[in-house]
Amino acid sequence: MVAESGNLEIAAGASQGWLARAMHGREVLGWLFLLPAAALLLVFLTYPLGLGIWLAMTDATLGESGHFIGLGNYLSLSRDDVFWLSVFNTALYTGVASVIKFALGLWLALLLNEHIPFKSIVRAVVLLPFIVPTVLSAIAFWWIYDSQFSIISWLLVRLGLIHQYIDFLGDPNNARASVIAANIWRGVPFVAITLLAGLQTIAPSLYEAATLDGASSWQCFRHVTLPLLTPIIAVVMTFSVLFTFTDFQLIYTLTRGGPINATHLMATLSFQRAITGGHLGEGAAIAVAMIPFLLAAILFSYFGLQRRAWQHGGKD
Amino acid sequence: MARAAEHRAGMDYLVSLPRRWVTVYLPLGVFLVVLLFPFYWMTMTSFKTNEELYDYKTYNPFWLAHPTLANFHKLLFETDYPNWLWNTVVISVLATFLSLFASVFAAYAIERLRFTGARYVGVAIFLAYLVPPSILFIPLAVMVFQLGLFDSIWALVLTYPTILIPFCTWLLMGYFKSIPYELEECALIDGATRLQILWKIILPLAVPGLISAGIFAFTLSWNEFIYALTFISSSEFKTVSVGTVTELVEGDVYHWGSLMAGALVGSLPVAILYSFFVEHYVSSMTGAVKE
Repeated sequence: MVAESGNLEIAAGASQGWLARAMHGREVLGWLFLLPAAALLLVFLTYPLGLGIWLAMTDATLGESGHFIGLGNYLSLSRDDVFWLSVFNTALYTGVASVIKFALGLWLALLLNEHIPFKSIVRAVVLLPFIVPTVLSAIAFWWIYDSQFSIISWLLVRLGLIHQYIDFLGDPNNARASVIAANIWRGVPFVAITLLAGLQTIAPSLYEAATLDGASSWQCFRHVTLPLLTPIIAVVMTFSVLFTFTDFQLIYTLTRGGPINATHLMATLSFQRAITGGHLGEGAAIAVAMIPFLLAAILFSYFGLQRRAWQHGGKD
Repeated sequence: MARAAEHRAGMDYLVSLPRRWVTVYLPLGVFLVVLLFPFYWMTMTSFKTNEELYDYKTYNPFWLAHPTLANFHKLLFETDYPNWLWNTVVISVLATFLSLFASVFAAYAIERLRFTGARYVGVAIFLAYLVPPSILFIPLAVMVFQLGLFDSIWALVLTYPTILIPFCTWLLMGYFKSIPYELEECALIDGATRLQILWKIILPLAVPGLISAGIFAFTLSWNEFIYALTFISSSEFKTVSVGTVTELVEGDVYHWGSLMAGALVGSLPVAILYSFFVEHYVSSMTGAVKE
């Protein structure tokens, strides 16, 4: 099949000039093949990134392109209590959720790595919360957190643990805890399944050797599993932190930032200011304020990846 | 991997059965119950009558006394829901194919043609993967408006690939790397063009990779929310996620039954697709992290 078409091609190549030769060359062809992806990414990713930074320095509103006002938006944000509250909320949300997701995710990964019946079905089922659209599972949580008909409150009252229904989303601190819990529920499967893939690359002979040397199961974990898993943990947690920090869907569905802005994250606040409120410039400034953190996460991921090449002997 | 499992089983005799119950089966059971409960609750609620829904005293809330399809009937015949479902399918399929097309060429160029600067382009594409939609939606909204794409599904078909291409390209590069160079050299000597090599040699060998990337891209577009919320305003062009949250929740009275039915029906397509391609999905998810 290849030979047939090949003969035709040689004939064609000889008769045509530089164009045909260029089509065989790696340089021209390389960039030509890259064109569709590059065009889409440059137009709809790189350009808007720049446009966002520009918009953040204007007083643009929905419908008006606005004027350049320099750092005016940032100055007014620095005096804006709601903005600082959203920064605090984002830090709290990301910090608490990431730590718990990591702890529970690692635990679940270790459990799934055991020899258990119906292993593949259990593994498949565990990932469901991650597959299903966040907004739709958030609606289920909304109903679970309902102030009057919450099934959790009902169960706790029935068990005699509490005497009145919990106001999950109405009280600031309860609301924070509730959205964090929903975020953990969704994120644990991702952390667990990716870490499980890492666990499966660790040779069983290492554990056998350690056990023969008299290592306890904790020592096996601490001195065999953890060091070999560190590079993957770095990458997984970078992604996890990144997704949590820029989260929008869960908050938008469950609380829309309320009560009294107690659960506003930077992403939801920027949506509220820019799209709902119409102040594009200000919203863009809030979004741009997330970039320094993003860069920190990317650097973290970069060094995590580096360490991996080194740990595997750095053959290539 | 099978060997690893056997070895592990081989060392299991060191742990007594009661101990395994406490350290493995019990925590795993708790994990499973917590992870699956919202789905169970979603399903139960969507089949309940209104009367049963708000009365925990006469009816056991964990079970159905009088299952009904009324909520689904209302959803499918009295709202725009079927429309949203169709929009989501069309947008996800188009965005997935567009991304696969662009990614196959990009990955081949970076991994196999190795033109000058290919490595840097590879890194740039990885970095694009780390740019979240939350910081792009405002400028993109401005662009979408200026391009006259506002309130049309094309706004989403053209912007979703920015989320999907980096991931698909990265994944396919890994697959292409595993295909021996000799195959390509043979074809080159026989006079095949690069396009023929890509189409007749590389792609057939990379089918598992294409499926993985396609499945993952499809679920990502199905789940996307912030762009769909920002770029679409009329009910008839909304996607399932946006329609369910914005249109079914108007007013003070929430129709929990039909809301849950909406969440269930909107989740089923991806859940079913996922159940058919679990291994592909997991390999693409973990592959993207490991490569």
